[in-house]
Amino acid sequence: MQEQVLILEPGRTEKNYWMDLWRFRELFLILAWRDLAVRYKQTIIGVLWALLRPFLTMVVFTVIFGRVAKLPSEGDAPYALMVFAAMLPWTLFATSLSDASNSLIGNANLISKVYFPRLIVPTATIVTALVDFLIGVVILVGLMGFYHYPPSPSIVLLPAFILLALLASLGPSLWITALNVKYRDFRYVIPFLVTFGLYISPVGFSSSVIPEQWRLLYSLNPMVGVIAGFRWCILGGNSSIYWPGFALSLVVVAFFLGLGVSQFRKMEKTFADLI
Amino acid sequence: MSDVVIRAENLGKKYVIGHQAETGRYVALRDVLMQNARGLWYKTRDLALGKPIIQGDTQEEIWALRDVSFEIRRGEAVGIIGRNGAGKSTLLKILSRITEPSAGRVTIKGRVASLLEVGTGFHPELTGRENIYLNGAILGMTRQEVKRKFDEIVAFAEVEKFLDTPVKRYSSGMYVRLAFAVAAHLEPEILLVDEVLAVGDAQFQKKCLGKMGDVAREGRTVLFVSHNMEAIRRLCPRAMLIADGHILLDGSSEALVSAYLSGARERKPGIQAYDDSSAPGDNCVRLRAIRLVNEAGDVATIFRINESVSVEIQFTVLRPISNFHTHIRVITRDEIIVFGSGSWDDEPMENYLRLPGRYTARCAIPGNLLNRGRYYLTVTGTIPNARYIFVEENVLDWEIVEVGGAGGIIGPRPGIIRPLIKWGILSSDGNQDEIKEGVR
Repeated sequence: MQEQVLILEPGRTEKNYWMDLWRFRELFLILAWRDLAVRYKQTIIGVLWALLRPFLTMVVFTVIFGRVAKLPSEGDAPYALMVFAAMLPWTLFATSLSDASNSLIGNANLISKVYFPRLIVPTATIVTALVDFLIGVVILVGLMGFYHYPPSPSIVLLPAFILLALLASLGPSLWITALNVKYRDFRYVIPFLVTFGLYISPVGFSSSVIPEQWRLLYSLNPMVGVIAGFRWCILGGNSSIYWPGFALSLVVVAFFLGLGVSQFRKMEKTFADLI
Repeated sequence: MSDVVIRAENLGKKYVIGHQAETGRYVALRDVLMQNARGLWYKTRDLALGKPIIQGDTQEEIWALRDVSFEIRRGEAVGIIGRNGAGKSTLLKILSRITEPSAGRVTIKGRVASLLEVGTGFHPELTGRENIYLNGAILGMTRQEVKRKFDEIVAFAEVEKFLDTPVKRYSSGMYVRLAFAVAAHLEPEILLVDEVLAVGDAQFQKKCLGKMGDVAREGRTVLFVSHNMEAIRRLCPRAMLIADGHILLDGSSEALVSAYLSGARERKPGIQAYDDSSAPGDNCVRLRAIRLVNEAGDVATIFRINESVSVEIQFTVLRPISNFHTHIRVITRDEIIVFGSGSWDDEPMENYLRLPGRYTARCAIPGNLLNRGRYYLTVTGTIPNARYIFVEENVLDWEIVEVGGAGGIIGPRPGIIRPLIKWGILSSDGNQDEIKEGVR
């Protein structure tokens, strides 16, 4: 058997970190499974909650923005459907952000007692968010049935946008997770960030209500691109993607992913000392 | 088989803590404002970049470990001893990659598993079966490995019937058994163990120690941190003594354990005195002092094995009291009571009245009775069969040291007591030998 030689030195960026990540893939799966099992074991409400939360928010937004404020939908797509198509990736983002940021603190006993690439812990919580997301897709299918809205051919590209939504969630999640270990009061900021983000992202309204000259600037919010993608896939021809903005969103997603991973990696080694 | 599997070179681990510096006599508001404004900017920047913010004006570096170098060869079992805060756990944490060293380097060959805690990551909501897989994965076993050893683990833990019960309904004994069972079936090349055996009842601890011994005998490398000197002595031929972040001694565990124990003894003098406000007792009797006295009449904490240990208990009687007695208990480090003895052995138990005044109760534990090692003294004042007036647990401790092997046999003898017994060897042929006295 090939014997592995490990060298520990201060500030040494381990060459085998990514290899380790692969070696610990089972731990990743098991932690993700544990989070899911615990979540759905404790309460039936767990499943119900995953269904109810985005649905109720969608109802409220449809009433407020669609009926009261009379904002336009995209093309002739039902307003509720347009909101829900954005609600799905947004919920994924919001859940990842809040779950991941608490994950390291929640697993403090693991962090201080065993070694594994710490990246596994926040990433595993995103799997839980993904499962909630898939449950949400069931509601989407129900809604499409309700409105007799046929899926467009572009829906085959949805998995690609789900991946984009995951990556868009992962970057900021990792960064905030790492910061949350250092500054424990950071977690009070997160719910605020999430609520704030819900209103500055085009969840309750169409991106087309943003004046033309601000569109590019608006696209600095990575969720703008993700949501545009989702709407395009789900609503088909009624929704169009603003391509320069979408490209910018992609760049921002990539930037946050890079920042998140590098900051997390940098702080990772001291987690055990801080927790 | 003598190749080095762990090599540490000048290993160090530093923690930074902040202090509030003493400010000068005059502090200008302008300076404070400027400093705070500047500080705020730097802090915000540091915060975003995830640099540590340390409270206080001056920062002090604390080296939990410094210049630690050693080599451990394949198949060695090495005990690590030292007081709390000496750096033992920091060392294990560096070796198991939980934290990164601040200086030096470590080279490790082979798969490392660390057992710094029993049942790491157990989740109360999950069943025993689920937790075995979870804990196995956390400790670094693959699913296949856990599957292969599943039955063995369950049998070791004796929880067959409760496999599908959430562990939150387990008794604490079952919980610990299951947790240890998973850990015990790890098969790494190098095993790092911290004080985990300090859990469970005595019988379970024995089982754990047995399992540890097996691991060491199978030719795997074991690093074992413990306060249980007996366990270190039994499991590890070699030991390292860590004090204040340095390796003080490295050698045979036998020699090191006694060095450690004798180093520990300076802490307490052989006297415990009480002032009026803290004197244990009631409105009839107050304890004044307890002393350990050697044959020369001096207060001591180290006694030769052939020397008597005198215990003096000073007390004041405030009101006439009948049937008051003092009692001592001698206890080993492993909390085994060697014996108890009360002053009623000397005075009759029948009612009598002790008048107000100062008294000293004195008893001598004879030499050649206790084996070498450390002993603890519990002193009680009592009216037998009625009530306790004071109970001073583990109030003093002392060390019995060997002074040359008696009868030509050098080295420790087994057992709690080490009496010197007269032997006679008689010739059956009738030629009478003279009875040989035990040689000291």
